[in-house]
Amino acid sequence: MTIPDTSATPVPRDAEPIKAIPVRHPGRWVAIVVIAVLAAMFVHLLVTNSAFQWKFMFQNMFTPPVMRGLLGTVSITILAMIIGVVLGIVVAVARLSNNPILRGTSWAYTWFFRAVPRYVLLIVMGNLGILWPRLEIGVPFDTYLGKLFGLQDAHWRLFGITTRELLVGFWVGVLGLALSEAAYMAEIVRAGMLSVDPGQDEAATALGMSRAQALRRVVLPQAMRVIIPPTGNETIAMLKDTSLLIAVPVTAELFFQLSAIGNRTFQVFPMLVAAILWYLFLVSILLVGQYFLEKRFSRGYGRAAKAKMKLEGLAAEHGANPELP
Amino acid sequence: MSDQARHRAPDDDAQPVVRAADPHPAAGAEPMVRAENVHKAFGHVKVLRGIDVTVPRGNVCVVLGPSGSGKSTFLRCINHLEKIDAGRIWVDGNLVGYQQKGDKLYELHDKAVAAQRREIGMVFQRFNLFPHMCALENVIEAPTMVKGHGRADARRRGMELLDRVGLADKALNYPSQLSGGQQQRVAIARALAMDPKLMLFDEPTSALDPELVGDVLDAMKDLARSGMTMVVVTHEIGFAREVGDQLIFMDDGVVVESGAPREVLANPRHPRTRDFLSKVL
Repeated sequence: MTIPDTSATPVPRDAEPIKAIPVRHPGRWVAIVVIAVLAAMFVHLLVTNSAFQWKFMFQNMFTPPVMRGLLGTVSITILAMIIGVVLGIVVAVARLSNNPILRGTSWAYTWFFRAVPRYVLLIVMGNLGILWPRLEIGVPFDTYLGKLFGLQDAHWRLFGITTRELLVGFWVGVLGLALSEAAYMAEIVRAGMLSVDPGQDEAATALGMSRAQALRRVVLPQAMRVIIPPTGNETIAMLKDTSLLIAVPVTAELFFQLSAIGNRTFQVFPMLVAAILWYLFLVSILLVGQYFLEKRFSRGYGRAAKAKMKLEGLAAEHGANPELP
Repeated sequence: MSDQARHRAPDDDAQPVVRAADPHPAAGAEPMVRAENVHKAFGHVKVLRGIDVTVPRGNVCVVLGPSGSGKSTFLRCINHLEKIDAGRIWVDGNLVGYQQKGDKLYELHDKAVAAQRREIGMVFQRFNLFPHMCALENVIEAPTMVKGHGRADARRRGMELLDRVGLADKALNYPSQLSGGQQQRVAIARALAMDPKLMLFDEPTSALDPELVGDVLDAMKDLARSGMTMVVVTHEIGFAREVGDQLIFMDDGVVVESGAPREVLANPRHPRTRDFLSKVL
């Protein structure tokens, strides 16, 4: 063995690339065969079983009532998510506040709405009219106070509406789903806020920023990276859970409309398949959106991005100013 | 505007009224930092066990000591990031975190504490720059959000400060694109942007690669020469000797030895100081 001369500058040498026989994977070929057979059986079922009624299904899955139901499903999803996210942030911030009253209240909120199943919650919301036939804003204990002053049946009310007007399907559905969603979003936002380095809050505090400023300007923007991906999942779950709105009941909703056609025409199964196809389509769109959102918000945090940053950092160290975003 | 800020009109030295209200009127100039018998415990662990420190205006006070001696905790008490259990700390004659009325002590509201912190800059070991903002945004964040300065003004001043720490050309870089030394200098500029009258440094060079320490120390020396009052927790003995007006050696929650840095470093009297210096020098 020769010891290389260390005083000379090392010169890169050529080397022959490795030519090796790759590892065989016979198990994969077996799996391919099994899956191919199962797939063929499934296609055979779809094509030959007359119960699918493909023609009938395609004729009926784009009718105006279904399209109205589609619009309802999409708008309820969007509205419930917006309210749920905003309320969830409020609850999460309250949960992490120094104020024991806010902490306790927000804990109770998440406890209640996470414990009650959405379907049950929606049924209850739809039946709240039993509790209060009329909703009124006025002086509390007015009849009792009236009795003290010798008045019978004192009704000091500013205004009121019958709950049947208020509890019409659409908004009860939105509210029920949003209230439930807020409890889950609060947990997600809380986890996101806790994932931010406490040094960040400390630096903001040391600069004299108030707690609200530190939250809004420093902690929440950084928590977004952790909050966004599960929020995408929540949106997908919400879209699917709109099919529970039959419990309220809400009729301007996709699944209700499709199964209504099925029930009316006694062609139940084709319309169920239509529902599956619609949900597959809608969720696929959301998945594409989620992919891009995640890509954007995990900027600079993946393994590859970290390596890239390190390189840029090195370049910065040597005076080069890398391209700015 | 807060009460503290209103009391302190432009010229600090011409404010005898404030001094008179202070329960501990001092002869001559009020020191920038005065700590009396400060105690602090985390659970059962007593971290500070009676610290007395006085830092006159314009002085650089270097705090040395082994890890776990309470140096950083003491520093964090000065801007009330930690609540002290006993004793008193005054910054520029104002009691930190409390208000004394007669013989009763009132906790200050968060807002008032935040107002006190605005006047005290702090630099952290791990920089703690805001990673979602570029260097310039980091520097102008507090002046615009807290002090309500216009963005144009804040940006001009921010660029001056970045220039002062030698990073004007990195103004638009994000922290992840900067080296540790550059990040720490941005953090110094960020603290200076609030025009503090006191700067606290919590081991500012401990997380840096050795070849990057010099730039940060240079920025701090420059700041010391400009007359800033500084309290610096560090392991940089050279910096202590060269820049420090006063050296404090802490061990196990008490000040073991203090005095002029050259003197303490050359002739440590206490065996624990001697032991520590023999290990780090």
